[in-house]
Amino acid sequence: MGAMLSKRIIPCLDVREGRTTKGIKFKNNVNIGDPVEMALMYYEAGADEIVFYDITASHEKRDIMIDVVRKVAETIFIPFSVGGGIRTLDDMRDVLLAGAEKVSVNSAAVKNPDIIAQGAAAFGNQCIVLGMDVKHVGKSEKIPSGYEIVINGGRKYMGMDALAWALKAQALGAGEICLNSIDADGTKDGYELTLTELISSRVDIPVIASGGAGHPVHLRDVLKQGKADAALIASMVHYGTYTISDIKSYLDNEGVNVRSTW
Amino acid sequence: MIAIIDYDAGNLTSVSRALFHINVENVITNDIKLIDSAQRIIFPGVGAAGSAMQSLIRLGLDDAIRRAVDSGKPVLGICLGTQIILQKSRENQAKCLGIIDGSVRAFSEIFASKKIKGLKIPHMGWNRIDLKTDHPVFSGLKKNDEFYFVHGYYPLPDNLSQVIATTDYGIAFPSVIGMNNLVATQFHPEKSGNSGLTILKNFSKWAPC
Repeated sequence: MGAMLSKRIIPCLDVREGRTTKGIKFKNNVNIGDPVEMALMYYEAGADEIVFYDITASHEKRDIMIDVVRKVAETIFIPFSVGGGIRTLDDMRDVLLAGAEKVSVNSAAVKNPDIIAQGAAAFGNQCIVLGMDVKHVGKSEKIPSGYEIVINGGRKYMGMDALAWALKAQALGAGEICLNSIDADGTKDGYELTLTELISSRVDIPVIASGGAGHPVHLRDVLKQGKADAALIASMVHYGTYTISDIKSYLDNEGVNVRSTW
Repeated sequence: MIAIIDYDAGNLTSVSRALFHINVENVITNDIKLIDSAQRIIFPGVGAAGSAMQSLIRLGLDDAIRRAVDSGKPVLGICLGTQIILQKSRENQAKCLGIIDGSVRAFSEIFASKKIKGLKIPHMGWNRIDLKTDHPVFSGLKKNDEFYFVHGYYPLPDNLSQVIATTDYGIAFPSVIGMNNLVATQFHPEKSGNSGLTILKNFSKWAPC
Protein backbone atom coordinates (compact mmCIF):
# COMPACT_ATOMS: atom_id res chain seq x y z
CA MET A 1 0.00 0.00 0.00
CA GLY A 2 1.35 3.43 -0.92
CA ALA A 3 1.26 6.74 0.82
CA MET A 4 -1.63 8.81 -0.43
CA LEU A 5 -0.57 12.01 1.29
CA SER A 6 -1.14 14.88 -1.13
CA LYS A 7 1.62 17.21 -2.18
CA ARG A 8 0.82 20.67 -0.85
CA ILE A 9 0.58 23.83 -2.98
CA ILE A 10 1.33 26.85 -0.81
CA PRO A 11 0.96 30.48 -1.90
CA CYS A 12 3.41 32.77 -0.17
CA LEU A 13 2.47 36.32 0.74
CA ASP A 14 5.15 38.84 1.63
CA VAL A 15 3.67 41.41 3.99
CA ARG A 16 5.12 44.78 4.85
CA GLU A 17 3.36 46.93 7.43
CA GLY A 18 0.10 45.07 6.85
CA ARG A 19 0.12 45.07 3.03
CA THR A 20 1.24 42.34 0.63
CA THR A 21 4.14 42.75 -1.76
CA LYS A 22 6.09 40.49 -4.06
CA GLY A 23 9.79 40.94 -4.23
CA ILE A 24 11.83 40.07 -7.26
CA LYS A 25 15.17 38.92 -5.86
CA PHE A 26 14.21 40.84 -2.71
CA LYS A 27 14.31 44.18 -4.55
CA ASN A 28 11.73 46.60 -5.99
CA ASN A 29 8.77 45.29 -4.01
CA VAL A 30 5.42 46.44 -5.32
CA ASN A 31 2.26 46.71 -3.25
CA ILE A 32 -0.52 44.41 -4.43
CA GLY A 33 -3.07 44.16 -1.69
CA ASP A 34 -4.67 43.24 1.57
CA PRO A 35 -3.26 40.00 3.04
CA VAL A 36 -6.54 38.97 4.66
CA GLU A 37 -8.42 39.32 1.34
CA MET A 38 -5.69 37.50 -0.52
CA ALA A 39 -5.65 34.69 2.06
CA LEU A 40 -9.42 34.27 1.68
CA MET A 41 -9.10 34.27 -2.10
CA TYR A 42 -6.46 31.53 -2.01
CA TYR A 43 -8.36 29.54 0.64
CA GLU A 44 -11.43 29.50 -1.60
CA ALA A 45 -9.28 28.73 -4.65
CA GLY A 46 -7.89 25.53 -3.12
CA ALA A 47 -4.61 26.50 -1.48
CA ASP A 48 -3.50 23.74 0.90
CA GLU A 49 -1.75 26.11 3.26
CA ILE A 50 -0.58 29.72 3.24
CA VAL A 51 2.78 31.18 4.19
CA PHE A 52 3.16 34.79 5.33
CA TYR A 53 6.53 36.49 5.45
CA ASP A 54 6.57 39.67 7.46
CA ILE A 55 9.18 41.90 5.85
CA THR A 56 8.33 44.89 8.00
CA ALA A 57 11.67 46.47 8.76
CA SER A 58 10.93 48.03 12.10
CA HIS A 59 10.37 45.83 15.14
CA GLU A 60 7.98 48.45 16.59
CA LYS A 61 5.49 47.83 13.79
CA ARG A 62 5.25 44.06 14.37
CA ASP A 63 1.89 44.46 16.09
CA ILE A 64 0.40 45.25 12.68
CA MET A 65 1.32 41.71 11.58
CA ILE A 66 -0.18 40.17 14.72
CA ASP A 67 -3.43 41.93 13.87
CA VAL A 68 -3.25 40.52 10.31
CA VAL A 69 -2.66 37.01 11.72
CA ARG A 70 -5.68 37.32 14.00
CA LYS A 71 -7.93 38.41 11.12
CA VAL A 72 -6.61 35.65 8.84
CA ALA A 73 -7.31 33.05 11.53
CA GLU A 74 -10.94 34.17 11.71
CA THR A 75 -11.28 34.01 7.94
CA ILE A 76 -9.62 30.83 6.68
CA PHE A 77 -9.69 27.29 8.05
CA ILE A 78 -6.54 25.75 6.68
CA PRO A 79 -3.07 25.88 8.25
CA PHE A 80 -0.92 28.94 7.79
CA SER A 81 2.53 29.88 8.96
CA VAL A 82 4.21 33.17 9.72
CA GLY A 83 7.88 33.96 9.29
CA GLY A 84 10.10 36.99 9.11
CA GLY A 85 11.58 38.76 12.08
CA ILE A 86 10.87 35.91 14.53
CA ARG A 87 13.72 36.21 17.03
CA THR A 88 12.47 35.05 20.43
CA LEU A 89 10.10 32.61 22.09
CA ASP A 90 7.80 35.57 22.78
CA ASP A 91 7.72 36.40 19.04
CA MET A 92 6.71 32.77 18.39
CA ARG A 93 4.07 32.80 21.11
CA ASP A 94 2.54 36.03 19.75
CA VAL A 95 1.91 34.64 16.26
CA LEU A 96 0.81 31.19 17.46
CA LEU A 97 -1.66 32.65 19.96
CA ALA A 98 -2.97 34.98 17.26
CA GLY A 99 -3.95 31.83 15.34
CA ALA A 100 -1.05 30.76 13.11
CA GLU A 101 -0.49 27.00 12.90
CA LYS A 102 3.27 27.27 12.49
CA VAL A 103 6.01 29.79 12.89
CA SER A 104 9.15 29.88 10.79
CA VAL A 105 12.60 30.94 11.91
CA ASN A 106 15.46 31.66 9.58
CA SER A 107 18.34 34.00 10.40
CA ALA A 108 17.53 34.00 14.12
CA ALA A 109 18.09 30.22 14.13
CA VAL A 110 21.34 30.56 12.20
CA LYS A 111 22.62 32.95 14.86
CA ASN A 112 21.10 31.02 17.78
CA PRO A 113 20.21 27.41 16.84
CA ASP A 114 18.87 26.79 20.32
CA ILE A 115 15.75 28.84 19.47
CA ILE A 116 14.61 25.77 17.48
CA ALA A 117 14.89 23.49 20.50
CA GLN A 118 13.25 26.04 22.79
CA GLY A 119 10.37 26.61 20.36
CA ALA A 120 9.86 22.87 19.83
CA ALA A 121 9.81 22.23 23.59
CA ALA A 122 7.37 25.07 24.24
CA PHE A 123 4.97 24.64 21.32
CA GLY A 124 5.69 21.23 19.75
CA ASN A 125 7.96 20.28 16.82
CA GLN A 126 5.07 20.55 14.37
CA CYS A 127 4.87 24.31 15.04
CA ILE A 128 8.49 25.04 14.19
CA VAL A 129 9.48 25.51 10.55
CA LEU A 130 13.12 26.14 9.70
CA GLY A 131 13.41 28.62 6.84
CA MET A 132 16.70 28.23 4.95
CA ASP A 133 18.09 30.66 2.37
CA VAL A 134 20.68 28.82 0.32
CA LYS A 135 23.19 29.68 -2.44
CA HIS A 136 25.20 27.35 -4.65
CA VAL A 137 28.90 27.96 -3.99
CA GLY A 138 30.53 24.75 -5.19
CA LYS A 139 31.91 21.95 -3.03
CA SER A 140 34.71 22.71 -0.63
CA GLU A 141 36.08 21.32 2.59
CA LYS A 142 33.93 23.71 4.59
CA ILE A 143 30.85 23.35 2.37
CA PRO A 144 30.84 19.65 1.34
CA SER A 145 27.35 19.77 -0.20
CA GLY A 146 28.26 22.78 -2.33
CA TYR A 147 25.35 24.75 -0.90
CA GLU A 148 25.88 27.46 1.70
CA ILE A 149 23.51 29.14 4.15
CA VAL A 150 23.06 32.87 3.56
CA ILE A 151 21.08 35.54 5.41
CA ASN A 152 20.03 39.14 4.83
CA GLY A 153 18.36 38.31 1.53
CA GLY A 154 21.43 36.49 0.28
CA ARG A 155 23.94 39.24 1.04
CA LYS A 156 25.69 37.56 3.95
CA TYR A 157 27.41 34.15 3.67
CA MET A 158 27.43 32.25 6.94
CA GLY A 159 30.06 29.59 6.23
CA MET A 160 27.53 26.85 7.07
CA ASP A 161 26.80 23.84 4.88
CA ALA A 162 23.10 23.71 3.94
CA LEU A 163 22.73 19.94 4.33
CA ALA A 164 24.55 19.88 7.67
CA TRP A 165 22.36 22.73 8.90
CA ALA A 166 19.15 20.97 7.78
CA LEU A 167 20.16 17.81 9.66
CA LYS A 168 21.14 19.79 12.74
CA ALA A 169 17.84 21.70 12.75
CA GLN A 170 15.94 18.43 12.48
CA ALA A 171 17.87 17.04 15.45
CA LEU A 172 17.07 20.21 17.41
CA GLY A 173 13.35 19.67 16.81
CA ALA A 174 12.33 21.49 13.63
CA GLY A 175 9.12 19.93 12.29
CA GLU A 176 9.50 21.06 8.71
CA ILE A 177 11.95 22.85 6.41
CA CYS A 178 11.14 25.63 3.99
CA LEU A 179 14.05 25.53 1.56
CA ASN A 180 14.59 28.68 -0.46
CA SER A 181 17.14 28.89 -3.25
CA ILE A 182 18.38 32.47 -3.50
CA ASP A 183 19.79 31.60 -6.94
CA ALA A 184 16.36 30.57 -8.25
CA ASP A 185 14.23 33.05 -6.30
CA GLY A 186 12.41 35.49 -8.56
CA THR A 187 13.75 33.98 -11.80
CA LYS A 188 10.56 32.04 -12.73
CA ASP A 189 12.93 29.54 -14.36
CA GLY A 190 12.10 26.71 -11.99
CA TYR A 191 13.08 25.48 -8.55
CA GLU A 192 16.61 24.40 -7.67
CA LEU A 193 16.02 20.69 -8.19
CA THR A 194 19.46 19.40 -7.20
CA LEU A 195 19.39 21.29 -3.91
CA THR A 196 15.80 20.24 -3.13
CA GLU A 197 16.47 16.58 -3.86
CA LEU A 198 19.67 16.69 -1.82
CA ILE A 199 17.96 18.04 1.29
CA SER A 200 14.60 16.29 1.01
CA SER A 201 16.06 12.84 0.50
CA ARG A 202 18.36 13.21 3.51
CA VAL A 203 16.03 14.60 6.19
CA ASP A 204 13.05 12.76 7.69
CA ILE A 205 10.86 15.85 8.08
CA PRO A 206 8.79 17.43 5.28
CA VAL A 207 10.47 19.90 2.91
CA ILE A 208 8.72 22.82 1.21
CA ALA A 209 10.55 23.91 -1.94
CA SER A 210 10.77 27.65 -2.52
CA GLY A 211 12.13 29.98 -5.16
CA GLY A 212 11.85 29.96 -8.93
CA ALA A 213 8.28 28.83 -9.67
CA GLY A 214 6.99 30.30 -12.93
CA HIS A 215 5.15 27.46 -14.67
CA PRO A 216 3.21 24.37 -13.45
CA VAL A 217 5.92 22.15 -14.95
CA HIS A 218 8.30 23.57 -12.35
CA LEU A 219 6.05 22.28 -9.58
CA ARG A 220 5.84 18.86 -11.20
CA ASP A 221 9.62 18.69 -11.41
CA VAL A 222 10.28 19.75 -7.83
CA LEU A 223 7.56 17.50 -6.38
CA LYS A 224 8.68 14.45 -8.40
CA GLN A 225 12.36 14.77 -9.25
CA GLY A 226 13.14 17.18 -6.37
CA LYS A 227 11.23 14.94 -3.90
CA ALA A 228 9.71 17.98 -2.19
CA ASP A 229 6.64 17.47 -0.01
CA ALA A 230 5.19 20.87 -0.86
CA ALA A 231 5.85 23.73 -3.25
CA LEU A 232 5.74 27.43 -2.49
CA ILE A 233 4.35 29.69 -5.20
CA ALA A 234 4.05 33.46 -5.42
CA SER A 235 4.06 35.64 -8.53
CA MET A 236 2.69 32.93 -10.84
CA VAL A 237 -0.60 33.15 -8.94
CA HIS A 238 -0.42 36.67 -7.48
CA TYR A 239 -0.57 38.25 -10.93
CA GLY A 240 -3.27 35.90 -12.19
CA THR A 241 -1.06 34.03 -14.68
CA TYR A 242 -2.31 30.73 -13.23
CA THR A 243 -5.00 29.73 -10.75
CA ILE A 244 -4.38 27.11 -8.10
CA SER A 245 -6.94 24.97 -9.92
CA ASP A 246 -4.93 25.24 -13.16
CA ILE A 247 -1.81 24.13 -11.34
CA LYS A 248 -3.52 21.26 -9.53
CA SER A 249 -5.24 19.97 -12.69
CA TYR A 250 -1.90 19.97 -14.46
CA LEU A 251 -0.20 18.14 -11.59
CA ASP A 252 -3.03 15.63 -11.34
CA ASN A 253 -2.64 14.85 -15.07
CA GLU A 254 1.09 14.43 -14.52
CA GLY A 255 0.51 11.84 -11.81
CA VAL A 256 1.23 14.03 -8.78
CA ASN A 257 -1.13 13.49 -5.84
CA VAL A 258 -2.90 16.76 -5.03
CA ARG A 259 -6.04 17.66 -3.08
CA SER A 260 -8.75 18.02 -5.70
CA THR A 261 -11.89 18.99 -3.72
CA TRP A 262 -12.41 21.91 -1.37
CA MET B 1 -23.32 25.03 24.18
CA ILE B 2 -20.16 23.15 23.29
CA ALA B 3 -17.37 23.10 25.88
CA ILE B 4 -13.85 22.91 24.41
CA ILE B 5 -11.66 21.39 27.09
CA ASP B 6 -8.70 23.60 27.96
CA TYR B 7 -5.75 21.69 29.42
CA ASP B 8 -2.82 23.83 28.23
CA ALA B 9 -2.36 21.63 25.18
CA GLY B 10 -1.68 23.85 22.24
CA ASN B 11 -3.77 26.38 20.42
CA LEU B 12 -7.44 25.71 21.14
CA THR B 13 -8.65 28.96 19.66
CA SER B 14 -8.63 27.55 16.13
CA VAL B 15 -11.36 25.04 17.08
CA SER B 16 -13.35 27.81 18.74
CA ARG B 17 -13.00 30.17 15.77
CA ALA B 18 -14.08 27.45 13.32
CA LEU B 19 -17.21 26.80 15.42
CA PHE B 20 -18.07 30.51 15.62
CA HIS B 21 -17.62 30.72 11.86
CA ILE B 22 -20.44 28.16 11.42
CA ASN B 23 -22.52 29.92 14.11
CA VAL B 24 -22.06 27.32 16.83
CA GLU B 25 -21.79 28.72 20.36
CA ASN B 26 -18.80 27.43 22.29
CA VAL B 27 -16.55 28.13 25.22
CA ILE B 28 -12.93 27.19 25.92
CA THR B 29 -12.85 26.09 29.54
CA ASN B 30 -11.24 24.00 32.27
CA ASP B 31 -14.19 24.65 34.64
CA ILE B 32 -15.48 21.21 35.61
CA LYS B 33 -19.02 22.45 36.35
CA LEU B 34 -19.23 24.08 32.94
CA ILE B 35 -17.96 20.89 31.29
CA ASP B 36 -20.44 18.75 33.25
CA SER B 37 -23.33 20.99 32.21
CA ALA B 38 -22.35 21.46 28.55
CA GLN B 39 -24.48 19.67 25.93
CA ARG B 40 -21.43 18.67 23.90
CA ILE B 41 -17.71 18.33 24.53
CA ILE B 42 -14.74 18.78 22.25
CA PHE B 43 -11.45 17.39 23.47
CA PRO B 44 -8.68 18.78 21.23
CA GLY B 45 -4.96 18.94 21.75
CA VAL B 46 -1.57 19.48 20.24
CA GLY B 47 1.63 18.44 21.95
CA ALA B 48 2.96 15.39 23.69
CA ALA B 49 0.91 12.69 25.41
CA GLY B 50 2.90 12.64 28.66
CA SER B 51 2.58 16.31 29.55
CA ALA B 52 -1.02 16.41 28.32
CA MET B 53 -2.02 13.59 30.69
CA GLN B 54 -0.24 15.33 33.57
CA SER B 55 -2.20 18.53 32.91
CA LEU B 56 -5.51 16.66 32.65
CA ILE B 57 -4.96 14.93 35.98
CA ARG B 58 -3.74 18.10 37.69
CA LEU B 59 -6.87 19.96 36.56
CA GLY B 60 -9.21 17.05 37.39
CA LEU B 61 -10.27 16.94 33.75
CA ASP B 62 -9.53 13.22 33.25
CA ASP B 63 -12.60 12.30 35.28
CA ALA B 64 -14.66 15.08 33.68
CA ILE B 65 -13.97 13.56 30.24
CA ARG B 66 -14.83 10.04 31.46
CA ARG B 67 -18.09 11.40 32.96
CA ALA B 68 -18.96 13.17 29.69
CA VAL B 69 -18.47 9.95 27.71
CA ASP B 70 -20.47 7.93 30.27
CA SER B 71 -23.29 10.50 30.30
CA GLY B 72 -24.13 9.84 26.66
CA LYS B 73 -23.60 13.42 25.46
CA PRO B 74 -21.73 13.83 22.15
CA VAL B 75 -17.96 13.97 22.61
CA LEU B 76 -15.47 14.81 19.83
CA GLY B 77 -11.75 14.10 20.23
CA ILE B 78 -9.23 15.77 17.93
CA CYS B 79 -5.60 14.75 17.26
CA LEU B 80 -3.82 14.35 20.61
CA GLY B 81 -7.28 14.34 22.24
CA THR B 82 -8.07 11.27 20.16
CA GLN B 83 -4.88 9.47 21.15
CA ILE B 84 -5.37 10.13 24.85
CA ILE B 85 -8.71 8.32 24.80
CA LEU B 86 -6.84 5.02 24.49
CA GLN B 87 -5.11 3.15 27.34
CA LYS B 88 -1.51 4.06 26.70
CA SER B 89 0.74 5.89 24.27
CA ARG B 90 4.13 4.97 22.85
CA GLU B 91 4.88 8.69 23.12
CA ASN B 92 6.52 9.19 26.54
CA GLN B 93 5.17 5.69 27.42
CA ALA B 94 2.23 7.64 28.83
CA LYS B 95 -0.68 6.01 30.59
CA CYS B 96 -3.81 7.52 29.04
CA LEU B 97 -7.54 7.71 29.81
CA GLY B 98 -8.43 4.15 28.82
CA ILE B 99 -11.88 5.04 27.52
CA ILE B 100 -11.23 2.88 24.46
CA ASP B 101 -9.10 -0.26 24.80
CA GLY B 102 -5.94 -0.11 22.74
CA SER B 103 -2.76 1.89 22.38
CA VAL B 104 -1.10 4.68 20.46
CA ARG B 105 1.68 3.55 18.11
CA ALA B 106 4.64 5.33 16.50
CA PHE B 107 4.92 5.57 12.70
CA SER B 108 8.71 5.34 13.08
CA GLU B 109 8.44 1.86 14.63
CA ILE B 110 5.88 0.40 12.25
CA PHE B 111 7.83 1.78 9.25
CA ALA B 112 11.04 0.22 10.61
CA SER B 113 9.42 -3.15 11.28
CA LYS B 114 7.73 -3.26 7.86
CA LYS B 115 10.82 -1.83 6.12
CA ILE B 116 8.80 1.09 4.73
CA LYS B 117 11.23 3.77 3.55
CA GLY B 118 10.99 7.32 2.28
CA LEU B 119 7.93 8.48 4.22
CA LYS B 120 8.36 11.65 6.23
CA ILE B 121 7.45 11.84 9.90
CA PRO B 122 5.32 13.59 11.03
CA HIS B 123 2.58 12.60 8.61
CA MET B 124 1.90 16.23 7.72
CA GLY B 125 -0.57 17.50 5.18
CA TRP B 126 -3.81 16.54 3.43
CA ASN B 127 -4.98 12.96 3.11
CA ARG B 128 -8.21 11.06 2.44
CA ILE B 129 -10.22 8.94 4.82
CA ASP B 130 -11.82 5.62 4.01
CA LEU B 131 -15.05 5.32 6.01
CA LYS B 132 -15.71 1.79 7.27
CA THR B 133 -19.27 2.58 8.27
CA ASP B 134 -21.93 5.26 7.76
CA HIS B 135 -21.65 7.74 10.57
CA PRO B 136 -23.84 10.85 10.99
CA VAL B 137 -20.82 13.04 11.82
CA PHE B 138 -19.37 12.18 8.39
CA SER B 139 -22.47 12.72 6.27
CA GLY B 140 -22.47 15.12 3.34
CA LEU B 141 -18.80 14.75 2.46
CA LYS B 142 -17.59 14.48 -1.12
CA LYS B 143 -15.91 11.26 -2.19
CA ASN B 144 -12.39 12.63 -2.50
CA ASP B 145 -12.51 15.13 0.35
CA GLU B 146 -9.22 15.43 2.22
CA PHE B 147 -8.34 16.42 5.78
CA TYR B 148 -5.34 18.05 7.41
CA PHE B 149 -3.12 15.78 9.49
CA VAL B 150 -0.01 16.45 11.53
CA HIS B 151 1.14 13.61 13.78
CA GLY B 152 3.91 11.12 14.38
CA TYR B 153 1.74 8.63 16.32
CA TYR B 154 -1.60 6.98 15.53
CA PRO B 155 -4.39 5.34 17.55
CA LEU B 156 -4.96 1.58 17.36
CA PRO B 157 -8.06 0.29 19.18
CA ASP B 158 -8.03 -3.40 20.19
CA ASN B 159 -11.57 -3.76 18.92
CA LEU B 160 -11.45 -3.00 15.20
CA SER B 161 -15.21 -2.33 15.15
CA GLN B 162 -14.28 0.93 16.90
CA VAL B 163 -12.38 2.05 13.78
CA ILE B 164 -14.70 4.40 11.90
CA ALA B 165 -12.23 5.32 9.14
CA THR B 166 -8.69 4.56 8.04
CA THR B 167 -6.12 6.58 6.12
CA ASP B 168 -3.22 5.35 4.00
CA TYR B 169 0.27 6.40 4.96
CA GLY B 170 2.55 3.46 4.39
CA ILE B 171 -0.03 1.47 6.33
CA ALA B 172 -3.80 1.89 6.65
CA PHE B 173 -3.97 3.47 10.10
CA PRO B 174 -7.17 4.32 12.05
CA SER B 175 -7.85 8.02 11.38
CA VAL B 176 -11.30 8.12 13.01
CA ILE B 177 -12.24 5.99 16.00
CA GLY B 178 -15.23 5.95 18.31
CA MET B 179 -18.13 4.20 19.96
CA ASN B 180 -21.67 5.23 20.89
CA ASN B 181 -21.60 8.97 21.67
CA LEU B 182 -17.84 9.32 21.18
CA VAL B 183 -16.15 10.13 17.88
CA ALA B 184 -12.49 11.03 17.57
CA THR B 185 -10.43 12.17 14.58
CA GLN B 186 -6.67 12.00 14.17
CA PHE B 187 -6.89 14.89 11.66
CA HIS B 188 -7.81 18.50 12.43
CA PRO B 189 -11.36 19.30 11.22
CA GLU B 190 -10.81 22.94 12.25
CA LYS B 191 -7.92 23.17 9.76
CA SER B 192 -9.51 21.09 6.99
CA GLY B 193 -11.41 23.76 5.09
CA ASN B 194 -15.01 23.11 4.06
CA SER B 195 -14.84 19.35 4.57
CA GLY B 196 -13.68 19.90 8.16
CA LEU B 197 -16.35 22.53 8.79
CA THR B 198 -18.96 20.02 7.54
CA ILE B 199 -17.81 17.57 10.23
CA LEU B 200 -17.96 20.22 12.95
CA LYS B 201 -21.45 21.25 11.77
CA ASN B 202 -22.60 17.62 11.80
CA PHE B 203 -21.15 17.13 15.28
CA SER B 204 -22.97 20.21 16.58
CA LYS B 205 -26.29 18.60 15.55
CA TRP B 206 -25.44 14.93 16.23
CA ALA B 207 -27.93 13.07 18.42
CA PRO B 208 -26.34 9.68 19.18
CA CYS B 209 -28.85 7.06 20.20
